[in-house]
Amino acid sequence: MSGRVLVGVKRVIDYAVKIRVKPDNSGVVTDGVKHSMNPFCEIAVEEAVKLKEKKLIKEVVAVSCGPQQAQETIRTALAMGADRGIHVEVTGKDYDTLGPLQVSKILAALAKKEEAQLVILGKQAIDDDCNQTGQMTAALLDWPQGTFASEVALENDKVKVVREIDGGLETIKISTPAVLTADLRLNTPRYATLPNIMKAKKKKIANVKPADLGVELTSRMLGKYRGVTGKRKERATQQSRVEEWTILPNIHRTIL
Amino acid sequence: MANPLRGEVFRLYKNLLYLGREYPKGAAYFRERLKSAFMKNKDEKDPEKIKALVARGDFVIKELEALYYLRKYRAMKKRYYETEE
Repeated sequence: MSGRVLVGVKRVIDYAVKIRVKPDNSGVVTDGVKHSMNPFCEIAVEEAVKLKEKKLIKEVVAVSCGPQQAQETIRTALAMGADRGIHVEVTGKDYDTLGPLQVSKILAALAKKEEAQLVILGKQAIDDDCNQTGQMTAALLDWPQGTFASEVALENDKVKVVREIDGGLETIKISTPAVLTADLRLNTPRYATLPNIMKAKKKKIANVKPADLGVELTSRMLGKYRGVTGKRKERATQQSRVEEWTILPNIHRTIL
Repeated sequence: MANPLRGEVFRLYKNLLYLGREYPKGAAYFRERLKSAFMKNKDEKDPEKIKALVARGDFVIKELEALYYLRKYRAMKKRYYETEE
C-alpha cells in the first residue's frame, strides 16, 4: 500500500461570522468576510496527521478546489502537519456552481492518480451542509466508505470505523483503499500556530486544473433560489436562517 | 541582556500576537493588553525570572488555543447535534 492519505479541505466563511445576504438576494456576502478551513475538514486533517505520527501511513496530501485563495486553506493544512498540497484551480462561473458532484469527481481522479490508500474528508461543509462529497467520492471510486467517523483504527489493510448514527454508534470494518468522513468527536484538531505556518512555507503546493484530471465541471443545477427566513425567539436574539434551494432537473437515473 | 532570551521573548510576543487575531473581544483589545503586559516587565533583568515569565506566556498560548477550540466545538455541537433536553 502506498501509505498516502488524501485529505480534502474546503475554504468556507468562518464559523463565527454573521452571515449576510446580498441586498439583491443573489447570494451571500463573501467579499472582505473572514474565511477559514471548514471545521470538519480540520478534524479530517488532524486525523490524517495523527495516522502519520503513529507511523501507520507515510504521507498526507491536502487538496482544495477553488480560486487563488484556496491556497490559504491548504497552507493551514500544511501547518497542521500535511506534507504537501494540491490546489485544483476552479474560478469564476465554474466556482459558483462547484458542488459535491464536481468535487467528488476531482477527488476521485486525484485519489487514483496519487494512489491514495485513504481519502479523508470532513463530513459536511458548514456553508452548504451537503454531506455528499465523501459518499459520492467513494461511489465514483467504488471504494468502501466509513462516514460520520468518531473513531478510526487502521489495522494492516483494513480500517475499523466507529460511526455516529441516529441510533447511537456503529462499528464497521472496511478494507482499504477507502473513503472516510470525519465527525465532530473524531479528534481535537491542533491549532496552526505561527511557527508551524512559517515552517509550512517550505512545503510544496502543486497547481492542477480540472481538465488535467479529465474532469468536466458542468453543473446539473438549473438555478438557485436564495431567501432569508426570520425567526424571533422569545428570550434570545433574533435568529435568521439563510436558505439556499438548489433546483435540480427531474432525473430518475444516476446523475453521472 | 541575555541574547537567547531576547529571541525567546520576541518569539513569544509574535506568537501571542498571531493568536490574538481571533480573540473574541477583538484583535485590537488583545493587542493592547498584550503590549501593556509585556511593557510591564520590560526592565526585568534576572534570567530566571525572564524564563518564568516566558513560561507563563507559553501557558497563555495553550489557554488561548483551548479557548478557541472549545468555542468552535460548542458552536458546532449546538448547530449540528440534537441537544438532549
